[in-house]
Amino acid sequence: MIALENISLLLSGIPVLRDVSLRIPPGQTLGLVGESGSGKSMTALSVMRLLPDGAKLSGRVLLEGRPLTDLTERKMCAVRGGQIGMIFQEPMTALNPVQTIGDQVAETLLVHGAARRSEAREIAKERLARVGLAPERFPLDRYPHELSGGQRQRVCIALAIALRPKLLIADEPTTALDVTTQAQILELLRELVREEGMSCLFITHDLAVVAEMADEIAVMKAGAVVEQGPTGALLREMRHPYTRALFDASRHCPDRAPIVQDAPLLEVENALRDYPLKRQGLFGRREYFRAVDGVSFELRRGESLGLVGESGCGKSTLTRAILGLEPLQRGAIRLDGEAVSPAMPADLRRRMQVVFQDPYGSFNPRHKVSKLLAEPFHLTGRPADMEARVAEALENVGLQATDADKFPHEFSGGQRQRIAIARALIARPELIVLDEAVSALDVSVRAQVLDLLADLQARFGLSYLFIAHDLSVVRSVTDRVLVMRGGQIVEAGETEAVFTAPAAVYTRELLAAAPVLPTA
Amino acid sequence: MRLPVQLVLGTVLFGLFLAAALLSLVWTPFDVTELDIAHKLAAPSAAHWLGTDHLGRDMTAMLMAGARTSIAVALLAVGIGITLGVPLGLAAAARRGSLLDEIIMRGNDLIFAFPSLVIAILITAVFGPSAINAILAIGIFNIPVFARVSRGAALTIWPREFILAARVAGKHSARISAEHILPNIANLLVVQGTIQFSMGILAEAGLSYVGLGAQPPTPSWGRMLADAQTFFYAYPRLAILPGLAIVLTVLGLNLMGDGLRDLLDPRLRRTVR
Repeated sequence: MIALENISLLLSGIPVLRDVSLRIPPGQTLGLVGESGSGKSMTALSVMRLLPDGAKLSGRVLLEGRPLTDLTERKMCAVRGGQIGMIFQEPMTALNPVQTIGDQVAETLLVHGAARRSEAREIAKERLARVGLAPERFPLDRYPHELSGGQRQRVCIALAIALRPKLLIADEPTTALDVTTQAQILELLRELVREEGMSCLFITHDLAVVAEMADEIAVMKAGAVVEQGPTGALLREMRHPYTRALFDASRHCPDRAPIVQDAPLLEVENALRDYPLKRQGLFGRREYFRAVDGVSFELRRGESLGLVGESGCGKSTLTRAILGLEPLQRGAIRLDGEAVSPAMPADLRRRMQVVFQDPYGSFNPRHKVSKLLAEPFHLTGRPADMEARVAEALENVGLQATDADKFPHEFSGGQRQRIAIARALIARPELIVLDEAVSALDVSVRAQVLDLLADLQARFGLSYLFIAHDLSVVRSVTDRVLVMRGGQIVEAGETEAVFTAPAAVYTRELLAAAPVLPTA
Repeated sequence: MRLPVQLVLGTVLFGLFLAAALLSLVWTPFDVTELDIAHKLAAPSAAHWLGTDHLGRDMTAMLMAGARTSIAVALLAVGIGITLGVPLGLAAAARRGSLLDEIIMRGNDLIFAFPSLVIAILITAVFGPSAINAILAIGIFNIPVFARVSRGAALTIWPREFILAARVAGKHSARISAEHILPNIANLLVVQGTIQFSMGILAEAGLSYVGLGAQPPTPSWGRMLADAQTFFYAYPRLAILPGLAIVLTVLGLNLMGDGLRDLLDPRLRRTVR
């Protein structure tokens, strides 16, 4: 049993948590949801006492009745990893790349003096088997890079539960994983919590995931818990307006009235792209990896076309080829009848723009917004009314003309994504490729950006190629959808038809794995 | 924001010698080319603050003028390294994995593989000893250093999305390198620059010491050391003073480099979110 009593946290004098009180009985999962900056992760770090310098914590954390907040740092080290296990979002960076998985699990046992060297490997083997990595297929001497993302997350879980902790903290454990992998990891966590009798603090921004996982939900906003209750009752009642707003935003479906013309704007014909792999030895044969394997489709003028698939399915490679950044080995891509290639003329390039996923990484941090937005003018030559065009583009996406003088770090994530859209719009393109453009945004911001995109489509007659892994978003904003796997398109059709009656086996798996928000 | 201690200390130390070098352009207590055998090997006095050497030249003036030689040679050598090395590194990063990348980087390896001082001696031996040849010799060895640093740093910037955005805007790789990559790796180059600067000063002293650097009557710390060798037991001051000048300048530059790295690298900067 873990109990947080009136936890408040000040970071350099700024309140980050206010009076947070939570209780998690053994074998139960508490879902902590909220948008970024709401204090979810800080709550977990307060329990672990892994706070940044200058933090002031008040209130009590009780683990099995023992107050953790009074322990010395030395005693706290024994609690971390011993009685409290933690799983992080990014399984790629949470493991030591130069240590075998067996050694990493065994080391946790040794550090805490829970086992002798001879026994540690046996226990490690058993724990890894417990998380679904059977020793026959995954011997202890495997290295993290030999495993997939989901398997690595299993190793992280094995590390966290190595000492049979009383409390398991899972901070966005499936956010970096594919839908089908996510379903497996969630299933594993559910089973472990129940059978090992742990309390589980499950932190996520994904309401559908928490609805499936948690026995109880606590909704956080600006450092305070605004509503808390058993999952079923909370979802039925939603007493606090913020809870309701959060759920409405994640179900948000923008109003769209697409005017789709018959003429194709973008044609992809039998596209094929190989990547050379590393040569095996100096004179070894060079092997090739086929990233895109005979893909053909059409995107009509005014249409929103969705492209879904899991990581490694070839959608990024295809996107780069469509944008004319990388050549194809075979096949052709045409925009309005003209061939797309890395050497295509500037005016053709102008007609196709892109918005990327990461609102933090898609701007040069050293340039002002005015300069960032003007970048596509490289294709058209600087118009005389450049400043007016920049101002117009900013206003079109709901920002102010005066924002042109600011640097990207002065904006929030959602505002930055608006700037990215403004940059795509400024050259007056016909097609905008949205490469996971809303994946990194909070639900309420995501809803606003989706509305903005729908509005811009209606005003400027834009066509969208909407690439995403989030099926519910694709469903709400596209007319047709393509499902991609292993470099091929396995299913294509009207969005509603594909979602309600999927024909391909893979599409069915994908839809079954995706967590669904219960309807109110 | 608080400045790192090393940065302040290093800047003060190096600044002292830089000021002396600049001052020597317009004023030195005595003419460094003027021999005054009558007052040779004089102890420090009110007239000669640090005494005179075996030819009666004023040590203060020699050290000041020597600072000028050392700093000028090292600065120009770093300049050569940056102006040639950085574009090469950026080009290699822009065409990563291509033949051009291979050629540039293997060429770098080739230069790296030679012991630098030996090649510097070879160059000055072939083309004759002079300050210019010392600059060239030291400069050539700075090229691969800067090429490697800029290639490595540029490679981490290339996959970023803002570079992809620039490519979608149709910009070619040279323009992207200059406009987007260079400003983002500039801090690394500044730090590397100060380190190479200090190594340049050491290399210049080494070359002058063996007689392959600046030629008489241009004063140089390295040659002051060489001249002092025969008088070391009788007049240790003659060797200790230029030696100290070299040590303190190099120390100052290294501290500056460390401090700048701490200041410019956000990962080493302590921040509270």
